[in-house]
Amino acid sequence: MIGQAIADGILTGAIIALGAVGITLSLQILRFANFGHGDLLTLGAYGALAFTVAATAGTPIHPFSFGWQFLAAVVVAAIFGGLAAVLVDILVYGPLRKRGAYRLTMIFASFGVALVLRNLILLVWGPDLHYYSRTLQIAVEILPGVLVMPDQIFVLGLALLLVLLFYVLLRTTRIGIAMRAMAESPTLAGICGIETTKMIRLAWFISGAMAAIAGTFLGLTVQVRPEMGFNLLLGILTAAILGGTGSLFGAVAGGLLVGLAENVSVLVVPAGYKAAMPFLLLMLVLYVRPQGLFGSKEGA
Amino acid sequence: MIGILSYLIFFASVVLILGVACLGLNLQWGFTGLFNAGVVGFYAVGGYALAILTAPTNPLLLGNFGLPWIVGIVGAMIAAALVALLVGVATVRLRGDYLAIATFGVAVTIQLITLNWQALTGGSLGMTSIPRPFATHFESQLGYNAFLFGLIAVVTALVYFALERVLRSPWGRVLKAIREDETAAIALGKDARLFRLQAFVLGATIIGLAGALYVSFIGFVSPFDFLPIVTFQIWAMLIVGGSGNNRGALLGALIVWGLWSGSGVLISKVVPVAYQTQGAAVQSILIGLLLVVMLVLKPRGLIGEEPVVSRHVR
Repeated sequence: MIGQAIADGILTGAIIALGAVGITLSLQILRFANFGHGDLLTLGAYGALAFTVAATAGTPIHPFSFGWQFLAAVVVAAIFGGLAAVLVDILVYGPLRKRGAYRLTMIFASFGVALVLRNLILLVWGPDLHYYSRTLQIAVEILPGVLVMPDQIFVLGLALLLVLLFYVLLRTTRIGIAMRAMAESPTLAGICGIETTKMIRLAWFISGAMAAIAGTFLGLTVQVRPEMGFNLLLGILTAAILGGTGSLFGAVAGGLLVGLAENVSVLVVPAGYKAAMPFLLLMLVLYVRPQGLFGSKEGA
Repeated sequence: MIGILSYLIFFASVVLILGVACLGLNLQWGFTGLFNAGVVGFYAVGGYALAILTAPTNPLLLGNFGLPWIVGIVGAMIAAALVALLVGVATVRLRGDYLAIATFGVAVTIQLITLNWQALTGGSLGMTSIPRPFATHFESQLGYNAFLFGLIAVVTALVYFALERVLRSPWGRVLKAIREDETAAIALGKDARLFRLQAFVLGATIIGLAGALYVSFIGFVSPFDFLPIVTFQIWAMLIVGGSGNNRGALLGALIVWGLWSGSGVLISKVVPVAYQTQGAAVQSILIGLLLVVMLVLKPRGLIGEEPVVSRHVR
């Protein structure tokens, strides 16, 4: 029982971690907690759905439930999610930044944007559940009594690979250095010749693309529905704070912890309260160690 | 004629109740700059606390103490204040985003409790036959509704004038000082954290009062009256009316609730039954757009904040 819960926790945790990495980026570079991040996940999932409906999910490649078209759909969704995030920045956050709006006004606006996005999806696609593929998968017993779907292993591997790629981007490329400079001090970065607006747009694109990919993963392993991202938002935000804002691997560790807490809690408390676990973790971390597990004091 | 009159009384009562919640939010956001992302959570705590304290005894439920209405109201305010204290103490020393995230979490958790803790809240069925204040003294429904509207109006007026007085006091000026420049306020010897915590808890108490009024007004309580959209509605009211202005908060409640109900009626008439979910989505999109467009284009709202000078200076 506990083994299965831990396996499930790690697998959902990987998706939360991917979301948390995106939100960490917005906390660092855009400097506010983007409450629309969950709905960017949903948008990505539906973008991929639109692609698979148009191009069909393809012949499944054994043992997975999807064919190569799904991989293309993930890429399409990532671009779609990234562009949507940039578009919102041009329409909403850009003008607010220009006015020098109070930072919490951005959060306020992000809630409004989230509401609009979520309901646009509901309007276009309706409230029903969708799946990328109807192919049945056979679960694999990786340890005695622990069953996982091949799709879940694929998702876990790809999520970790993406985080690693992002880490390499931040650490070794000029763009990465510019982004880290922006996180330290936008004014100073601007003085050093970094085009701050371009960097902000790039941060939005990456954040949106990561969210969209996390959304397709969630859609693949669970299902696609209009509230999927919004329901995950609290877990994602908790993961980012738990890990320590600004710490990439902290966000991953936070995501895994949130996933584990949710899935292991089911063994102790009624399943209806599973979604409250992130809140308990959040309260615990805020009271005990507000800078997060891997964060520095200044982050909080 | 009677139909229109009773609808108007109903509409005006709901506007005033939401207006009270909006006044509470205005204290937090408009005057102190605290972002409460879980307005509906405090509203629900107030509503449920009143129901649990005043509903007649029911062997299936833990609560239902059958206590007098006024005890329910006070209990609702205390309950909302305690929840606010729990998240407030954890977050006042941190960046403003943390309060937003924590209050968002509170609202999610409270929604789960209302749905799942059957023995306390009645679960998804909610609780019915919650006694309405002084209902036994009236014979006609219309007369009672008019009385209840009057009662709600009196409570609203009390909250409004109390807030106006408080905000013009030294305490209110400190809140604004912290909002404008926290470092300067601290340098002048003001404990910014303590003031922020006080404003947050007081605001949440008022929102809890509004929730309790709502439940005593409709006479039952159900988780589906406390959905996340309520938070957005109350925000939209404050932003449209003008945050930082208590009259703006009330005006916003009237306008936004008018638009919401009006568009709801229109959609139910125009949109076929099979597409009602999509119709509701259009309503939510309108609220979201209203919020974003106001924030970007007219951040002061219709009647924005007015400069207030101490009456001792003039």
